[in-house]
Amino acid sequence: MPLPTPFHSRTAACCTSQSWQEWSGYLAANSYQMEHIQEYIAVRTGSALFDVSPLYKYHLRGRDAARLLDRVVTRDVSKCRTGQVIYTAWCDDDGKIIDDGTLARVGEDFFRLTAAIPTLDWLQQNALAMQVEIEDVSPDYGALALQGPTSRALLQSLVEGDISDLGYFRIVDEKIAGVPLRISRTGFTGDLGYELFVEAEHAETLWDALLEHGLDYQMRPAGLQALDMARIEAGLVQLDADFTSTRQTIFDAQRNTPYELGLGWTVKLGKDFFVGQEALRAEKARGPALQTVGIVIDLAGVESAYSKFGMPLHLPYTSWNEATPIYSDGDRRNQVGKATSGTWSPILKQYVAMTRLKPQNAALGSRVYIEQSIEGKRFAVPAQVVAMPFFDPPRKRGDANTPNTPGNSGGSA
Amino acid sequence: MANYDILIVGAGHNGLVAAAYLAKAGQRVLVLEKQPGVGGAAVSEELSPGYHFSTCADGTGYLAPEIQKDLGLAGRGLSILPADPVVFAPLPDGNHLTFWRDTARTAGEIERLSKRDAERYPAFVELMGRVATVVGGIARITPPDLPDVGLGDLRAMLPLAGPLRGLGRKHVSDLLRILPMPVADLLDEYFESDALKGAIAASAVRDITWGPQEAGTAYTFLYNWALAGTGLFRSAGVVKGGMGALTKSLAAAASALGAEIRTDAAVERILVEAGRAAGVLLAGGERIEAPLLVSNADPRSTFLELLDPTLQSARTVQHVRNIKYRGSAARIHLALSELPEFTSLAANEAPSRLCGAIQIAPSLTYLQRAYDCVKYGEFSPRPYLDLSIPTLLDPGLAPDGHHILSITAKYAPYSLRDGDWETRREAFVKTVLDTLAEYAPKIRDLVVHQHVFTPIDLEERFSLPEANPHHGEMTLDQFLHMRPIPGHARYRAPLPGLYLCGAGAHPGGNVTGLPGRNAAREILADKR
Ligand SMILES: Cc1cc2nc3c(=O)[nH]c(=O)nc-3n(C[C@H](O)[C@H](O)[C@H](O)COP(=O)(O)OP(=O)(O)OC[C@H]3O[C@@H](n4cnc5c(N)ncnc54)[C@H](O)[C@@H]3O)c2cc1C
Repeated sequence: MPLPTPFHSRTAACCTSQSWQEWSGYLAANSYQMEHIQEYIAVRTGSALFDVSPLYKYHLRGRDAARLLDRVVTRDVSKCRTGQVIYTAWCDDDGKIIDDGTLARVGEDFFRLTAAIPTLDWLQQNALAMQVEIEDVSPDYGALALQGPTSRALLQSLVEGDISDLGYFRIVDEKIAGVPLRISRTGFTGDLGYELFVEAEHAETLWDALLEHGLDYQMRPAGLQALDMARIEAGLVQLDADFTSTRQTIFDAQRNTPYELGLGWTVKLGKDFFVGQEALRAEKARGPALQTVGIVIDLAGVESAYSKFGMPLHLPYTSWNEATPIYSDGDRRNQVGKATSGTWSPILKQYVAMTRLKPQNAALGSRVYIEQSIEGKRFAVPAQVVAMPFFDPPRKRGDANTPNTPGNSGGSA
Repeated sequence: MANYDILIVGAGHNGLVAAAYLAKAGQRVLVLEKQPGVGGAAVSEELSPGYHFSTCADGTGYLAPEIQKDLGLAGRGLSILPADPVVFAPLPDGNHLTFWRDTARTAGEIERLSKRDAERYPAFVELMGRVATVVGGIARITPPDLPDVGLGDLRAMLPLAGPLRGLGRKHVSDLLRILPMPVADLLDEYFESDALKGAIAASAVRDITWGPQEAGTAYTFLYNWALAGTGLFRSAGVVKGGMGALTKSLAAAASALGAEIRTDAAVERILVEAGRAAGVLLAGGERIEAPLLVSNADPRSTFLELLDPTLQSARTVQHVRNIKYRGSAARIHLALSELPEFTSLAANEAPSRLCGAIQIAPSLTYLQRAYDCVKYGEFSPRPYLDLSIPTLLDPGLAPDGHHILSITAKYAPYSLRDGDWETRREAFVKTVLDTLAEYAPKIRDLVVHQHVFTPIDLEERFSLPEANPHHGEMTLDQFLHMRPIPGHARYRAPLPGLYLCGAGAHPGGNVTGLPGRNAAREILADKR
């Protein structure tokens, strides 16, 4: 039976749809209302409040905390300053990805790592002969993601101090309604947004304070369906949707390296030894076998496929995460990769998908074909390779003066 | 400064064997030993004036005959004094069992316990001898490099073909059936006498932490049989001058062949440059460089202390941490004013029956009970005692008329649940002497000196983690391609330029010299 998160008494009261799913052993709302579109719209036009407590959270403290993390993760931890957060991957000896997450340097010798899968044993195994205390604090903290253009103003109206100039990927300790919390300007939506970590016992107080003032900022609780659409628009890969942890795979074909996942930028080959370094160096030299790129699916193509059945254009109502073949030709003879997630993007008015393709087919602007199944019959619909993120508003990393427009600096080729 | 082709960390007998073979092949070799003397766990020490004890290994060891011959050890002071009987096992009811090298003569002794067992004994010896030959052959090869997954690569199994050839189809299936068995079950198939089974099974568990009913103890049993060289399940006799004389002769051979040996030279770190072993850093700060490095230290120390564990692959670290060590024997040495009397033996018979191994393990049940305690972190209230009185064959080890009695006492778990070895030491020694006194009642009156090595003492004094005598348990799961860790059983460490030559590598522990010789063979193959 899934466990309630520290916010459950409140999320349950809001969840009129009764649509729940299991996330890392916890109950998480798919959508709070019968349909999720309003929740998605909140991410891009107001603020959405996600309960992300099921994330695994670890505290690492001690003289060797940075050394341990530098052995484990692909980013250069020595370059992460106190108060800073970095996004990073971590791999096994073969350079295959285990997981990704954010790493916050809370103090000189104090880090907080988030992960999608249980990671305590991996950290402990790698901590041999090091002075570091590793604590799984997952159940001790509730976590909320407050994401959207109004999130800064909303938070600012609630905190005791000033967060208006908190930079992108920075953290600060604050108080709301007398409750201490750690605010991290990070998120999984590619928008302006924050993640709030609060001791479990104070979770409900924090939620109540946000809800009380949220309406003034077009804030609403949002579920996993809205989150998945937003993160696809943001071009953020997700474990169990776009890739599988090598610790949970059985076959080599299921394993991927950060290079294949578009996370090559997180791999700092030049730093001292880290797990997987040798294999990743070799892969870098060789060139990865696959590349992660976005595609925009040609709507006329989808429409023409449906018209063969005398049906009008139909687009999926929610995002999808089923592996779907991608071909270099409309006859589906030459498969060159697969799409791993896709969604109709209401803000872009485009049908987009994240794909892993052979490098020779992954150049921006390339034409590929994605398989579509209509009434049990398969078609190939044309699509164009584009850069990700699909949607990348300046406010994501901007300051309080950045115009709050739906402007987009990412996207089409 | 001299230039070396190869540095060897540790002058245990395996380090010395490797040094000698490598020097013989023209390599410039330097051996670095942290102790003031060579030999590792194969040493003799004058623990009390006039009494020379083989502190750890005693008896003849299992030093492979081909190594003795290749290195001309006979000409360098190695003299092995064989014993017959192989085992004398006193029983609590005043009876006893003696195992002679001669099968018929032993069957005659067994008849006093069971006529049926006596009849079956020759067939048992015949089959075990045959199967053990294969185990002995396997000990001499470099293990196949089995991939992590599956047995797909049949070519990797080729090295096993040699030892298996000549065994015949029937006996190959015997071998495969027997190896993973508990030695107790194997013996149950042949014998009914609990005392007989106890006497045969004891040597199988002497050096491991399992009892006779644990799976795979048949393998340990056959390993001993294969290397003992007595045609039976354990060796018999002593090295003249004690076990230290064996390693001294090895050191002499290595030196004569051109190897240099430095004692009091503890290696603190193995130096790595550009992803290769590049030399060593000594405790005093001295750096010595060489393109090849061989470690005679155990795998845990080698990988997790001499090498910086934080710079090694996660896989290596995990595999090394998973090696089972957990020693469970203490060693007690007694200096005696005269030969002890055993109740079950007439005085005039004593010298001729006591010169082999003396086993106090009067039944299989007794052995298993002794083992049961170790599972719960307790030492055995009725321990299995493995004794030797080397002065019967080599009187020079003690002053005139005096004797030395060395005891390996089991089970004495490295980690005690209650208390520690500092506080429980005396209690354990009392248990051992009480047990011994049941068979040799006057033993306490004869003791002139007593030296006790608890597992903690053995660990500290001999650099043996968890007091494991074999640098990792000799169990079936840590054998052949799994020894010391999967993927690195061919003497080559994960770090290029680093090799392993100690008991932690295939085939494993005891004074066989085989890990050292096999490693030298592989090193030379790589150099060609
Ligand atoms: C109590 C006991 C009883 C035993 N009884 C028997 C027996 O009766 N018969 C039998 O055949 N076997 C017996 N054995 C087992 C046998 O002694 C060992 O398996 C064998 O001696 C191992 O030899 P080795 O050369 O591989 O390692 P070791 O003998 O352990 O030698 C390793 C050497 O490396 C040195 N070293 C380690 N680290 C460093 C460093 N950092 N720098 C420099 N030098 C270093 C050590 O000091 C040591 O000299 C017994 C062992 C023990 C402990």
